[in-house]
Amino acid sequence: MSTEAIALPRTEPASRPFVDALHEWVTTVDHKRLGILYIVYALIFLVIGGVEATVLRIQLIRPHNDFVSPQVFNRMFTMHGTTMIFFVAMPLGFGFANYLIPLMIGARDMAFPRLNAFSFWLMAFGGFLLYFSLVGANGLYGAGNAPDVGWFAYAPLTSQTFSVGHSTDFWTLGLLVSGFGSIGTAINIIATVLCMRCPGMILGKMPLLAWLNLVMAGLVVLAVSPLTAAQLMLLVDRYLGGHFFDTQAGGSAVIWMHFFWIFGHPEVYVLVMPAFAFASEIIPVFSRKPIFGYPIMVGATVAIGFVSMSVWAHHMFTVGMSSAANTFFVLSTMAISVPTGIKIFNWLATMWGGKIEFKTPMLFCIAFLFQFLIAGLTGIMLSVAPFNWQLANSYFVVAHFHYVIVGGIMFMMFAAFYYWFPKMTGKMCSETLGKWHFWLFLIGFHLTFDFMHIPGLLGMPRRIYTYEPGRGWDTWNLIVTIGVFFQTIATLVFVVNLLWSYFKGKAAGNDPWDAWTLEWSTASPPPAYNFATIPEVKSRRPLWDLKHPNDPDWKYE
Amino acid sequence: MTVAKPEIGLSSSARGRVGMFCLIAAEAAIFTIFVVAYLFYVGKSLTGPSPKDVLRVPIFYTICLLSSSLTIHMAVRVLRRGSVGGFGAWWFATIALGAAFLYGTATEWQRLIYHDGLTISTNLFGTTYYSLVGLHGVHVVVGLMSLSLVMAFTLLGNVGSEHAERVDVLSLYWHFVDAVWVVVFTVVYVIGR
Repeated sequence: MSTEAIALPRTEPASRPFVDALHEWVTTVDHKRLGILYIVYALIFLVIGGVEATVLRIQLIRPHNDFVSPQVFNRMFTMHGTTMIFFVAMPLGFGFANYLIPLMIGARDMAFPRLNAFSFWLMAFGGFLLYFSLVGANGLYGAGNAPDVGWFAYAPLTSQTFSVGHSTDFWTLGLLVSGFGSIGTAINIIATVLCMRCPGMILGKMPLLAWLNLVMAGLVVLAVSPLTAAQLMLLVDRYLGGHFFDTQAGGSAVIWMHFFWIFGHPEVYVLVMPAFAFASEIIPVFSRKPIFGYPIMVGATVAIGFVSMSVWAHHMFTVGMSSAANTFFVLSTMAISVPTGIKIFNWLATMWGGKIEFKTPMLFCIAFLFQFLIAGLTGIMLSVAPFNWQLANSYFVVAHFHYVIVGGIMFMMFAAFYYWFPKMTGKMCSETLGKWHFWLFLIGFHLTFDFMHIPGLLGMPRRIYTYEPGRGWDTWNLIVTIGVFFQTIATLVFVVNLLWSYFKGKAAGNDPWDAWTLEWSTASPPPAYNFATIPEVKSRRPLWDLKHPNDPDWKYE
Repeated sequence: MTVAKPEIGLSSSARGRVGMFCLIAAEAAIFTIFVVAYLFYVGKSLTGPSPKDVLRVPIFYTICLLSSSLTIHMAVRVLRRGSVGGFGAWWFATIALGAAFLYGTATEWQRLIYHDGLTISTNLFGTTYYSLVGLHGVHVVVGLMSLSLVMAFTLLGNVGSEHAERVDVLSLYWHFVDAVWVVVFTVVYVIGR
């Protein structure tokens, strides 16, 4: 197998006009460039969403604070939630999927390169549309304002009566447009994984990252579409005088909740599948062992995909469903923790007896395992309907899902950055700055989200802009906000690390981690055509076979 | 080095078909939500007119749309055999039948709006009816636009039997639009009346 890149003579001049480079990036259909566009786009929105979170936490640092007005507070939590879910976590997952899947399955590009570009720009303009509300929501004649209906925008708050102006429309249209982009990317990922694999790579020998993204894309197809439908209904209600969610005319506000969460819960798994994917690639490499229980991992992934479609109403226990419905959703929610638990045990078993290297990506993986476990445990607590009646809509819930999204997903996104940055840029990330980033973020994360559970248990509801002193919430809120500053500094260290390493980092070479999947067989950064010759694989670890011709994997698989 | 095909699974030539099936799955999910809303709101309108009073079953136009599935199937079949002329004829018949269906919807809506006074904002029935039938209508329009594009290419002489596979992928979408009408028809004109 020839895996050497063709040595092309460097014909391009040292410095091209900026406009040329920009034109190349804007019109690109290359999966690697689009992947990087997704990732950079998500990083920009990560900073914006982070600033919004910081504003929220500064407002709550002490009782009766007046850092922002109640109206601004409402806009901030709406924009923070919407931004982080739709314009940070999803594009990050899509970005890495776009970049890595063709390289990992030995293809030269995605199945539909132009659809890929189209989908990215739809998502990008969805984000711009959401933020254009800041100037455009009252019409262009005056100052506008951002949406303030919360990220799940319950009816009837979104009706024309309670939501005048266009702020809710910017929210709706932004999500509608980016939703079409997500569906396009998902279709592309499915077609790529099913049709573009290199010779010898049967589904059972595919890297787990491809498997997890396949299931993730399936969930996007089936879960984002209901959101699209619900948004269309909301537009009919707001602009054509429809009555879908209009209780005055016999419509139902609860059906919006159902439609939103039919999207909303599988969405959690859309976000977490990429995190699982990174863990399944990174943990084996830094444990110097193949993944434990590959077929079980695939089975658990598919099981999570199916079960996640039937748990949505656990967001709605306090609405007053029938006891049969409550029981069903309690049991299905508990059931989904079984395949998830299997995954955690498999990652642990991969590390067990391994020769673990505590490089920065591995540190983030280990923190992920602990934090995702705790997030899952509070999830099981909340799945119990009576417990949920007590704590729904409290800071306990906020702490739980931030434990999933920050402690689980965000930590794995950071791990992925440190792990694949050398492949994407050809430069190593600084280990020193990486460790500073890790420890500062870890301390900040635990200060914020461990202690956020407690005011929730003490009855502090979410989405209040201030609170009375003397309810026992004061100290906890102070600690939570202090944690945010640690996270902010850590994120700055991360950004500095990315920039510094990009310009000054030492050269990475093709395979800095001594890894086993196909992306490490080509140059760093990979040439536009990825592989000079399409590789042929015999096992799940093609590079192991190449490096150890006397002891190849395919003899044992 | 000869590049062998994957031992198991689909080759890259099947990607159009896979992509179309995924698109159909996504569209089916969108329609499912609208159908659920329709069924949930059946009989819950607080004011009239009710479906029983105003809806008439569009049997003729339904036959038009459903038979267009047959004509598009024939079109792809004769194109595979290399007959571009036959393809054009069947393809045109498909467009004509689809357009007839749209005309049927237009006349039905005109009667409902001007004669029966039912608009999308009149009551819950109006909201759900126009949304569901309208969503399907939008899909017919998109389908007709794609079909017309292929028709234009055919008339310009740019379609040959080598395009049969691509045309077949487009026909999958048209079959889906027809199949959805079976569901919409059942929900709106049979269960909901």
